[in-house]
Amino acid sequence: MDFGFTQEEEAFRQEIREFLRQELAPDRKERTPLEQFNPDFTRKLAERGWLGVGWPKEYGGLGRPYTQQLVYSEEMMYHRAPAGAHILAQNMVGPTLIRVGSEEHKREFLPKILKGEIVFCLGYTEPNAGTDLANCQTTALADGDEYIINGQKLFTSFAGQADYAWMTVRTDPNAPKRHRGISMFIVDMKTPGITVGKLDTMWDYPLYEVFFDNVRVPKTAVVGELNQGWHYLTTALDHERVFMGGVVAQHRRLFEDMVQYAKETHRDGKPLSEDPVIRQRLAQLAIDLEIGRLFAYRVAWLLGQGTVPFAEASMTKIFTSELERRLANTAMQILGLYGPLTEGAQAPFDGYMGWEYKFSLMQAVGGGSNEIERILIAIAGLGLPRP
Amino acid sequence: MDLDLTEEQEMLQTMARDFLTKECPKSLVRELEEDEKGYSPELWRKMAELGWMGLVLPAEYDGMEMGFLDLIILLQEMGRNILPGPFFCTVVLGSLPILSAGTEEQKKEFLPKIASGEMILTMALTEPNGRYDAAGVETKAVAQGDSFVINGTKLFVENAHIADYMICATRTTEGATPEEGITLFLVDAKSPGTKVEVIPTMGDDKLCEVVFDNVSVPLSSLLGEVDNGWSIVARTLEQATMAKCAEMVGGAEAALDMTLDYVKERVQYNRPIGSFQVVQHYCANMWTNVVTSRNILYKTAWKVGEGLPATGDVAAAKGWINEAYKFVTERAVQCHGAIGLTRDHDIGLYYRRAKAGELVFGDTDFQKEIVAQQMGL
Repeated sequence: MDFGFTQEEEAFRQEIREFLRQELAPDRKERTPLEQFNPDFTRKLAERGWLGVGWPKEYGGLGRPYTQQLVYSEEMMYHRAPAGAHILAQNMVGPTLIRVGSEEHKREFLPKILKGEIVFCLGYTEPNAGTDLANCQTTALADGDEYIINGQKLFTSFAGQADYAWMTVRTDPNAPKRHRGISMFIVDMKTPGITVGKLDTMWDYPLYEVFFDNVRVPKTAVVGELNQGWHYLTTALDHERVFMGGVVAQHRRLFEDMVQYAKETHRDGKPLSEDPVIRQRLAQLAIDLEIGRLFAYRVAWLLGQGTVPFAEASMTKIFTSELERRLANTAMQILGLYGPLTEGAQAPFDGYMGWEYKFSLMQAVGGGSNEIERILIAIAGLGLPRP
Repeated sequence: MDLDLTEEQEMLQTMARDFLTKECPKSLVRELEEDEKGYSPELWRKMAELGWMGLVLPAEYDGMEMGFLDLIILLQEMGRNILPGPFFCTVVLGSLPILSAGTEEQKKEFLPKIASGEMILTMALTEPNGRYDAAGVETKAVAQGDSFVINGTKLFVENAHIADYMICATRTTEGATPEEGITLFLVDAKSPGTKVEVIPTMGDDKLCEVVFDNVSVPLSSLLGEVDNGWSIVARTLEQATMAKCAEMVGGAEAALDMTLDYVKERVQYNRPIGSFQVVQHYCANMWTNVVTSRNILYKTAWKVGEGLPATGDVAAAKGWINEAYKFVTERAVQCHGAIGLTRDHDIGLYYRRAKAGELVFGDTDFQKEIVAQQMGL
């Protein structure tokens, strides 16, 4: 057993840090990396080849092992580097096309993704397909050389900026099992019949809803094989899992800010850091963050061994999302009445903690609610009988 | 990075699991809870024959020359099976400090006898003040000619009633800090003036009160240097805390396994209770606690085994595993329902030991305070 980092891993970490030091202004007031949309920054990552950090070399990637992909993700997240313009293409679209895509799709999309030229949005969720994604009701009916799409997607991140939608559609309404009738499509967002509406969230960054009204797309919109969409959806998660492991580093950054605050801020004539309650709370978070970090490395390492650690990846997601809420709550408790201030000289961290208190709701709900994840862990991982 | 057990470690794990399942059934565990000695000399002999007591000792002292992580793997299996007896105090609290701080004579005298199972050791550290830090050491030792005279009371001393020798932490000087002025002695348990009494506990784990009343020990029994003993204790405590964590993780694994078996079989409302979503959530949470505990156990034990600075890591690991083991065993009892409340059922053994384990070497609040100090708060 060896928990140390190799020289190569350490060197890569330093290289990324140096890059971020140069490219990100220290005083910028950015919030979560996942929501920030910054195509210029994305293209700078592309120049380094980092958009294909984990892709195989024959497809123009760097072919870095999973542990290095995690190092990359950790540094990006820790420094709150904008990821919105590439995250989906980098971690989901690209790797899935490499695995199952046609030669045409590979030729058309992979080079553009690597250059940071195109943006994707993720069209899975619908009004009646939330946790139950297999209940997809958006249909695509074959009509000559085309498909006609009708339906609605909901809570679609970046639909307002995206060039393409990576989306599920029902292509076989008569399939014996409903998830066997779902296909994955790539749809040009400029196609006539698509309208995008905005949904404001509690945390400033909007989500979108997308309507499809007799949208005609070529048959080449189908990713891989027809009616295999569910399979692609559920197996497209490796890179996503590794990337999400880096989220713990984002939380560590917030935590470190709070530790610093507790050291520097005096209340009742002494530093907050001398308050035993605050010491206990911060120590608990330090332990939780270490647990989260070890989880992420375990998942990355298992992937590197050729296994898909489904259960452990789900546990990581649950643990990290709930840690985020505890973290935000503790930060707000420490800030007291100053916590809810959103801006101005009196607002600690420019209102970041209060913003995070709202945004921390997101991860435990999105990407499979923690409730269903726990049930999947119990059934698929522990062999408990189906409900 | 390599997060796998080695082939040798996997073999050790399998061998230990098979051996303990066969040689230490829960009926024996229960019997030994009531037993005056609290261990089975026959089982002890068999363990010695397997080389377990000398697992991490060098070959020159009849040891197996394996590493700290190997010991962790073995202790995990012992915790999984709730092995009663003096393995922990003899090997972890006894042999490790002698190996790191003893003179060549002391090593030759003690280590081969420990390896062969002839000698049982323990450490007399804690006192009625119930502290694990240096300030808790109030028992006095005073130089008198060629010997030292010890006076004081030690409490919560594991298996002192069967120990041949105790490593006793004493205060020889009032130093500028609590860490200064502490001296360790290898005290023969039969020394005149030594009185040992087992105190009844919830875990039936044979904790003892040891009273030293003008106990005279020769200079040759000094372990390490006069007044500089605390660093030996601190190092031993780090190792022992991880060793205890290993036992606790093993226990949590067993409690989870038992619960999974039970909820798959137990039928209510015409279906196994494991098919109910609320039980599935409990089980997913229990498993998560087991996996996270194992992750932090191995990482921290690796660090300690490598000799890297690990004070904060050890505290974080114990703090986490304390709560995880309690959580898993409490949920385990809940999933078992009323049968889990009985003395006859095995799950209660784990519930009681989880609490006992939390308190040894510092409870969660204590560990978190160390974590806070380590991050500069």
